[in-house]
Amino acid sequence: MQGLLKRYMRNYGAVFGLIIIIVVSIMALAAPLLYENSPWMMVAAPLIPPFTEVAYPFGTDMLGRDITAGLVWGARVSLMIGLVSTIIALIFGIIVGAAAGFYGGSIDDALMRFTEFFQTIPQLALAVVIVAVLGPSIYSIMGAIMAVSWPPAARLVRSEFMTLKQREFVQAAIVIGQKPARIVWSQILPNAMSPIIVSASFMVATAILTESALSFLGLGDRNMMSWGFMIGASRTMIRQAWWMSVWPGVAILLTVLAINLIGEGLNDALNPQLRKRGE
Amino acid sequence: MDQPGILLSIRNLTVPLPSGGDRPYAVQDISFDIHAGEILCIVGESGSGKSMSANAIMGLLPDYLKPTNGQILFRDTDLLQQPESVLQKIRGKDISMIFQEPLSALNPLMTVGKQVSEVMQVHNEYPGEQRRRRVIDLFNFVGLPDPESLYDVHPFRLSGGQRQRVMIAIALALEPALLIADEPTTALDVTTQAQILALIARIQKEKGMGVMFVTHDFGVVAEIAHRVAVMEKGILVEQGTVDQVLNFPSHPYTKRLIAAVPRRRFDESAQASTAPPVLEIRDLKKTYMLSGGWLGKKRAIKAVDGVSFSVRSGETLGIVGESGSGKSTIGKCLLKLINIDGGQMLFKGKDIAPLTENEFRPMRNNLQMIFQDPFASLNPRHTIGKSISDGPVAGGKTRAAANIRTRELLELVGLDASSFDRYPNQFSGGQRQRVGIARALAMEPQILVADESVSALDVSVQAQVLELLQSLQEKLQIALIFITHDLRVAAQICNKVIVMHKGRIVEYGSPSQIFDAPQTPYTQSLVAAVPGKQWIPPGSGQQVSMPS
Amino acid sequence: MKFSLFLASRLGKALFVVLGVVVVNFFLIRLAPGDPAAVLAGQAGAGDPAYLEQLRASFGLDKPILTQLYLYLKDVIRFDLGFSYRNHIPVLDLILERLPATLLLMSSAFIFSIIAGVTLGVLAAKARYNNRRRWLDSAVMTSALVLYATPLFWLSLMGILLFSVVLGWLPAFGMESVGSKLTGLSRAGDIGMHLILPTITLGCFFMAFYVRLTRASMLEVIGMDFVKTAKAKGVPPDAVVRVHVLRNALLPVITFAGIQLGQMAGGAVLTETVFAWPGIGRLMLDALLQRDYQLLLGIFLVTSIMVVVFNLITDIIYRFVDPRIAAGARTEGG
Repeated sequence: MQGLLKRYMRNYGAVFGLIIIIVVSIMALAAPLLYENSPWMMVAAPLIPPFTEVAYPFGTDMLGRDITAGLVWGARVSLMIGLVSTIIALIFGIIVGAAAGFYGGSIDDALMRFTEFFQTIPQLALAVVIVAVLGPSIYSIMGAIMAVSWPPAARLVRSEFMTLKQREFVQAAIVIGQKPARIVWSQILPNAMSPIIVSASFMVATAILTESALSFLGLGDRNMMSWGFMIGASRTMIRQAWWMSVWPGVAILLTVLAINLIGEGLNDALNPQLRKRGE
Repeated sequence: MDQPGILLSIRNLTVPLPSGGDRPYAVQDISFDIHAGEILCIVGESGSGKSMSANAIMGLLPDYLKPTNGQILFRDTDLLQQPESVLQKIRGKDISMIFQEPLSALNPLMTVGKQVSEVMQVHNEYPGEQRRRRVIDLFNFVGLPDPESLYDVHPFRLSGGQRQRVMIAIALALEPALLIADEPTTALDVTTQAQILALIARIQKEKGMGVMFVTHDFGVVAEIAHRVAVMEKGILVEQGTVDQVLNFPSHPYTKRLIAAVPRRRFDESAQASTAPPVLEIRDLKKTYMLSGGWLGKKRAIKAVDGVSFSVRSGETLGIVGESGSGKSTIGKCLLKLINIDGGQMLFKGKDIAPLTENEFRPMRNNLQMIFQDPFASLNPRHTIGKSISDGPVAGGKTRAAANIRTRELLELVGLDASSFDRYPNQFSGGQRQRVGIARALAMEPQILVADESVSALDVSVQAQVLELLQSLQEKLQIALIFITHDLRVAAQICNKVIVMHKGRIVEYGSPSQIFDAPQTPYTQSLVAAVPGKQWIPPGSGQQVSMPS
Repeated sequence: MKFSLFLASRLGKALFVVLGVVVVNFFLIRLAPGDPAAVLAGQAGAGDPAYLEQLRASFGLDKPILTQLYLYLKDVIRFDLGFSYRNHIPVLDLILERLPATLLLMSSAFIFSIIAGVTLGVLAAKARYNNRRRWLDSAVMTSALVLYATPLFWLSLMGILLFSVVLGWLPAFGMESVGSKLTGLSRAGDIGMHLILPTITLGCFFMAFYVRLTRASMLEVIGMDFVKTAKAKGVPPDAVVRVHVLRNALLPVITFAGIQLGQMAGGAVLTETVFAWPGIGRLMLDALLQRDYQLLLGIFLVTSIMVVVFNLITDIIYRFVDPRIAAGARTEGG
């Protein structure tokens, strides 16, 4: 474990990413403390430019809502939706992938057809359709994101299981008489975890991007101020109030970038033998 | 064989390794010459630096390995001082190289004809129509069938031996003065290897080329070398004519290596047990169905086609065959790692073939396996102690009792007691195989299947592991089934040998019967293909002088 | 296997996917809250009782579920995707009217992303491998990393902000200048000007993906044995890269191109929304706002078909490029 941390820390990008995520998380957790009022409340004069008033560092929008409050509360929405939908999608993907990879045969065929289907159809279009038909709410958004993000996890887990099943130490476990459940739990899964963890981090990034796209299109939950929504609301004011669209976008960019950097850092730290010499 | 002149001269070559390696130098201060018209074999174990020297000559070393000292003199020029443009002109034309892995050494997207003609194109030789003609001629020369249509074929359609012949054709296209061969037959079957060795020897004689042949196999050295250079950990420890080095080695390392070469044991007074066989296989069958994709045709491959044999306690049965013979499949069938399609497997008279996995599991301790790949047969995330004690625990023992037994076993296989808490990546290949043996023995089996268990090991380590297996078997009176592709290894430790070909048993007998009087044509060709079998390593009885 | 068999099997797979989408559509309508007829009628049509009755009859909403599915499938096969009450035009006609604009946008973005992505990826890989101009490798990879994290719709907005609002070089929305009656070359030129910003912003995200993929693939192939063989033959370095490395390295790009197209179709929705581009992506947003679910699901189906067709084309291209696939061979063994 210490070796893992050390290797991770050597990657400056990964450390940078970690710092950003910690900042964003603190923002998200502290939102009710920092801004007690809902970000939807109109608190000041409309269209105050950023960096002009101390109380409203990032300015206000055309209805007088505080953009900084929106950024802080939006962090909650993005992180929560990103994390929760990823975890559930991951669990589903792991179950499907493990079953397909471990049992093989016709079970594998059937599950792969199912997975391929979800991977082929255009993801955002499906998400839009699901949210549109079921009505925009936090649950339909999470459901839509889960529906489109589980296939890559399933494929990854399946290929890991199929490879590991053929590895000699798994065959040895069968030969010495370990039961299948124990083999999956103690032999296969621990060795499959590294790519799964790395994949999970990229899934969170995609989930955040998808959620912001849905909110941008007006499909977000009406009660939750999301970065995507802020950008969507800013479209008509782009000439007059550039700051309404810039700051939320930067927030999304930094958060997703940070997560991607963490993912790459984890990948390098967990697979040191894959690094080529002299790199 | 005369020595007209020196073709290539390596003087005091030193290549340092980047910091963090297991030693400071990849090769250190090595010097040797290659003469025209001779085959010089560079022999050593893995990590000896033999491939490194070959790559250094061609300037093919990776960027982080730069020679810091020495000269490589070819026709009065020091190759180490030449710019890349000069070296490009020499490569493929004056000096050529062939590599070890025929599967990956050819561009998969280019036809073989084009790959051969590329070397001519790059050096502007054989313009126009002559080029294609030359390729066809070369294919004929190296023994490839139907050269005209072979021109437009892609590498994946050829067998390993055929691909290697294509590589040789590429290397010979411009009639180089020097051919460097880096373990070209290591990845091939023994019969294919014999053909390629013969081809190289013939070409060398006809063209009067100098050949530098890198290998780890002393049998190959005995088969084709005129002179030999032995390398250990980057240092050249001995060189001389093949007679000198193979029959009268002077350096202790060379002596150790030669002593480790598997040879027939002349003591065949093996106590033939009269007890009933502990394992009897009757008419075993296993067929693989290759699907041709969604709408393609299915093909059936009979991996094991009606095989019968038996083993007694204290007996070592060898199963020898080339790739595709079915020998490994038998191993997997015996351990019920795959389902069989016919036949009986009688363990002490009871047929275990029809048992389901749940029925068979309680009996698993009786049949154990030692695997081939020391790097893949241990879970990298478990300590050695856990890997060994998991078996008894799965069989119902407490972890504490299993751990005690594990420590005993570690001692038995010659490993330090502290190994218990360490991880596989801290051990060498030979040590990991010992762990594999301990793991198998922890189950107190009556039957042990060793599936190519020494094939991935260096020859000196291989000898140690074989010795360990033999002593353990004698002590514990286990029935040992030893699966291997190497007839020499089988001859060293087996009481009886089965020869397999295309899923069937073609011959059965004691090692001396197989070697001295093979009955079937396939066995005869297999025995004839064993490299250097006319050489008897010193210290084993008869001495035979090398044909020069 | 033979090409005809290959084509048949791929077409079969494609048909399976399309069928799946139709079934998904069918069940989504049933899953929506409220009366399916009202859902199908959309916000505009829900107020018209006669229209609701007509829908109930034609979709068989009072009949058992399987009959409903059968009726629905029958319609789809006859290319009847329903009627958009709000727009007074069959859904299919509406979609076909807008489809060319989307195809134009997606093709341009796709070509841009592949050409730019592969070129930059090759440059970065060469810089890394030859250890010269390493800054180029770092610059390219960092930009790719940042672009990959940028929300597509935001990038489009920023593009408009910079190039339209601030610099005034490019038009901010639409496919053609409003009110102008240009024809021929000048019309093409006008469309071209309007095409630049949407193409680049849509393509940038995917370009980043191809940059990383190409670079990784090149570095992997450069380490392979046959590259060493080529060097041992005396092939000069640029020929080694061009003839041996590049072709092998591009194979995964072709594979992923098909998958990326699925995502690009979604990205088109966002881009068209921002740029008011008159394609089916924008139509999807309109359908959303108007609660016109028949139109919405029709667009979803057509988009899926489009993606499936693209995937089929890339599969066929891959088969021609890699001879091992045509032979049904495995990539190892001999």
